[in-house]
Amino acid sequence: MVTVVNKAVAEISIEGVSKRFRNAAVALEGISLTVERGEFVTFLGPSGCGKSTLLKLVSGLSPVSDGRVLVNGMTPVNARDLMSFIFQDATLLPWRTVEQNVGLGMQLEHAARNLRTERVGKMLELVGLGHVAKRYPRQLSGGMKMRASIARALVSRPRILLMDEPFAALDEMTRDRLNEELLRLYSEQKWTVLFVTHSVAEAVFLSTRIVILAAHPGRVAHTIDVDLPWPRTAETRESKVFEEQVTWTSRLLRGVYQG
Amino acid sequence: MKKQGLLALNSLIVLACLLGLWQAVVSFNHVPVYILPGPLVVAHALAERYPSLLNSLLITTEEAVGGLVASIVVGVAVAMLFAQWRGLRQLFYPYTILLQTVPIVALAPPIILWAGAGILSVTIVTFIICLAPIIANTTQGLISVDANLIDLFLMYKATPAQILFKLRLPNALPNLFTGIRISAGISVIGALTGELFAGSTRVGEGGLGYAITYANNQMETSYMFALVLAATVLGFAFFFIVMFLEWLALHNWHESSRAAAAE
Repeated sequence: MVTVVNKAVAEISIEGVSKRFRNAAVALEGISLTVERGEFVTFLGPSGCGKSTLLKLVSGLSPVSDGRVLVNGMTPVNARDLMSFIFQDATLLPWRTVEQNVGLGMQLEHAARNLRTERVGKMLELVGLGHVAKRYPRQLSGGMKMRASIARALVSRPRILLMDEPFAALDEMTRDRLNEELLRLYSEQKWTVLFVTHSVAEAVFLSTRIVILAAHPGRVAHTIDVDLPWPRTAETRESKVFEEQVTWTSRLLRGVYQG
Repeated sequence: MKKQGLLALNSLIVLACLLGLWQAVVSFNHVPVYILPGPLVVAHALAERYPSLLNSLLITTEEAVGGLVASIVVGVAVAMLFAQWRGLRQLFYPYTILLQTVPIVALAPPIILWAGAGILSVTIVTFIICLAPIIANTTQGLISVDANLIDLFLMYKATPAQILFKLRLPNALPNLFTGIRISAGISVIGALTGELFAGSTRVGEGGLGYAITYANNQMETSYMFALVLAATVLGFAFFFIVMFLEWLALHNWHESSRAAAAE
C-alpha cells in the first residue's frame, strides 16, 4: 500500500485528547498540540504524566478516550507506514542476527530479498554496525543493541520517529555519542521526531521544542522553544547558551514536580 | 574440553567401583543367582540373549518415540490454538492438567480394551502421558511474549499468522524443549508401563516391559537384570538426544543452553 502524503496539513495534530484507562485512572486530560514537519519535540515530566502513553496514542497502539489524533491528516493506524517506534529496550528478537533483526519490517512486508539485503547493509554501515551484522543480540553491548534498534526503525524510511526513552538504559558517554549521531542523521533526513526522556540535558541538546507535562492528570504545563544554534555537536554541551537552556528548563520542570 | 574428559574418566571409575562392589557382595555372600545375579552373570546373559534383547529394545524404542513425536505434534498444535484464542484456553486448559493427574497404570487397561493389545495401545498410552508437559510449556512460551515486541509487529502491520510464526513460536522454542525434555523422560516409563499390560500379541516376544515381566515369571533373573539395564540406557539415550537437539536449536541465541554447555 502506498500512503498518500498530504503536504497541506500538520504532520501530527493532537486535538483535545484524553486517555482514561480501564481502572478509571486518567492518564492524559485535554492535550492539544500541533507538530509541524521536521520538528524535534521532546516530552519531559514526572513519572505518571503520560509521556509514553502519548506516543502510544500517536502510533495508534492505544486508542484515545476523547478528542482525536491525526498523523498527516490520517488516523494513526492508517498512517503507520509513515512512522517508526523506538522503544526503551532495544526489543531485538534474540533468535535473529543483527541483520535479520534490522530487516524484520521489510521481511514482514514481503520486500524483495535483494532489496532487503542492500538496504539493511547500507543502514548497518550508517549506524556503524557493519562488522557485527551476523552476530546475535546477546553478543552486543547495550549501546550496539540500541544502534541496531534504531537501524531497524530507519530502514523502513519513516517520516516520523516515535522514541520512548531510547537511551535511558545506557551510560552517559554512550548516550551522548548516540545523541550526536541521532542529530547528524536528523539533519540529513529531516524526520519529525517525538522523543520522551527524563534527562533535561538530553532534551535541550536534541530538541527544537520541549513540552513539559504535569501529572495527575497528564497535561501540558509548559512549552519551550529551544533556542540553540545548529549544527549541534559535543562542543554545544559546553556552551553558555546550552547551560542557560538547561537551567531554565530544569527550573520549570522543578516547578511541575513540586505541583 | 580437558576438564570434561577428566570428569568423564572419574565417572567411569565410580561406575567400575560400584560394579566391583556389587560383584564382591554377591560372591562373598554366595547369593543365589535367581535372587541377585552379579554383574558378570548379567553380562553373560546380555551377550547370550543379545538378539532377543535387541528386539525388545527396538519395540520399546518405537513405541516411546512414536508416542513422544505424536505428543509433540498434537501438543504444539493445541498450544497454538490456546495462544490464539484466550477463551478456548480458559475453557480447556484446566483439563490438560487431568492428563497429568490420571494414573497411567489405571489408563492402560481401558486403552487396551479399545485398541487391542500390542504396539498401538502402548504408543497411545505413551502419547497421553507425554502430552501434558508439551501443551503446558509451549502454551506458556507462546503467550509470554514481551508486549513491546507485539507492538513492534503491529507497527509493521504484521498479520496474526506472522505474529504467531515469526514471534510467538520462536519465543516458545526454549519452553517447548523444556516440555520435550520432561516428556522424553516419561515416554520410556510410559512405554514400559503400557507393555506390562499390553506388551505382546505373541507369547515371549514384546518390548522391554513385557520381556521384564516374562523373564521374572520364568525366574530368569540375570536376563531380567540385563533388560532393566537396557531400559535404563534407553532412557539415558533419549535424554541426551533431546539435550543435543536443544543445544542445536538454541545455542546461538538462548542463555539457558549456553549455560548448560558451559557446565
